[in-house]
Amino acid sequence: MTHRIVILGAGTGGTLAANRLRREYSTDEATITVVDQDDVHVYQPGLLFVPFALARPDDIVRPRQDQLHDHIEYIQSPIEAVEPDADRVHLTDGTVLDFDVLVVATGAALLPEETEGLTGPGWGEKVHTFYTLEGATALRDSLAAFDGGRLVINVVDMPIKCPVAPLEFAFLADWFFTDRKMRDSVDITYVTPLDAAFTKPVAAKRLGGMLAERGIDLVTEFNTGEVDGEGGRLVSYDEREVPFDVAVVIPLHGGQPYVGRSPGLGDALDFVPTDPHTLQSQSRPNVFALGDATNVPASKAGSVTHFEGDVLVENVSRFIAGEELDASYDGHANCFIETGFGKAMLIDFNYDTEPLPGHFPSKVGMPLLKESRANHLGKLMFQWFYWHALLPGRDIPGIGPDMPTTGKRSPESESP
Amino acid sequence: MPTKTVAGTTVEVNDEGFFTDPSQWTEEMAPELAEAEGIDTLTDPHWTVIRFMRQEFEEKGTGPTVRALGKTSGVTVKELYQLFPKGPAKIAARVAGIPKPRGCI
Repeated sequence: MTHRIVILGAGTGGTLAANRLRREYSTDEATITVVDQDDVHVYQPGLLFVPFALARPDDIVRPRQDQLHDHIEYIQSPIEAVEPDADRVHLTDGTVLDFDVLVVATGAALLPEETEGLTGPGWGEKVHTFYTLEGATALRDSLAAFDGGRLVINVVDMPIKCPVAPLEFAFLADWFFTDRKMRDSVDITYVTPLDAAFTKPVAAKRLGGMLAERGIDLVTEFNTGEVDGEGGRLVSYDEREVPFDVAVVIPLHGGQPYVGRSPGLGDALDFVPTDPHTLQSQSRPNVFALGDATNVPASKAGSVTHFEGDVLVENVSRFIAGEELDASYDGHANCFIETGFGKAMLIDFNYDTEPLPGHFPSKVGMPLLKESRANHLGKLMFQWFYWHALLPGRDIPGIGPDMPTTGKRSPESESP
Repeated sequence: MPTKTVAGTTVEVNDEGFFTDPSQWTEEMAPELAEAEGIDTLTDPHWTVIRFMRQEFEEKGTGPTVRALGKTSGVTVKELYQLFPKGPAKIAARVAGIPKPRGCI
């Protein structure tokens, strides 16, 4: 019998899952069909660099289809809905796909229209986001023309993709205006709904200190209720205001709208309730999910998706073979944080262990939670690995799915 | 483990004032817990939110975030901030006797 595997989404998760599953099964054993609404695969970590003219928009985009191996069928169409109980997907172009196993990998959607005023007057002119290619490009032009004043970076609410990216943006803005010899005439303010610069205590302290060292103001517990582009101010639900000349806003995120149209598939925010260790969805046993589309309590980040890929492919195979699932995904995430002036730092963590200082992957390796030139070069080099190793589903030497503990220093051993 | 006395009963709380054992909570405790948060009178919309928080906790093991509350409780985010100023999710969780919502990473 030929198993029908349908994968929704041809981003990081969908592409690597399709390529790995294709290696796992002959064409007689399984058909693999991938669906996405367009043919534009964006290397999302590159979006951070576009506003500072450190990457060109063309450099970070490739066709989705070219990343998929032979014998993977690619259908380009928006998705209407999944009928989980009928093992069926309806596409907007009218195609109906029956599946034996479904993999949901459609990521997160940006929902700027859910914040009052955000897409109103000034959107794309003085109110920007760098989370889309179009937004990052418009912001580049705005920053190039900026002649001083108040630059505000605002995270509207969690969860967001790559939770460190807004901080990186602040660090790079500090570098950018210093490099242009106009840092003194720019006020940079970082406005977050969290009670600190970041979610996890040890890293939050370090990152908060780095904002202070760079003269970047930090406004915490600010729940943005309105973005007033015309008046140049953010207004919180508890009626505090932060004025700006240019605002860089990370909009609300949700799952994709079709998830909400699919009975029982998603939660209130259209993310797919998913077992955090097996990646099986909670809606149906033959539906799996990975990456930003899930509700698992891990960062929405490419590294998470990459590490989830191993467990996902293993469990799709075990499910097809009627075997017990492997519950080994540990929430491992690994992020380079660009800190400006040609340096970056690395953080490595999972569901149970917050980002700690030390070295990765073992006692000899890249410094963790500490700025270095090597980490910056690592971050730049990663784009090559992304297209040539991660998406094709090859292993990256030294970077495995389970979080290494050797090389990390716990807060107890750290503090005096 | 710190304890405090609410409506004549001793309950276990953590150092941020969240119940560690939600089964110790009763509806009679809510007005006193609310007063400690600066809410003098619990109105019907307050109770809608409190009961919704309890129900979500029982079903999902964690209280909802403000945004999820705004989408599913029938009370808008704006109204939530009027009912439970300065952090509806946290304050409503304290009044409803459930642990701090896990929120997001």
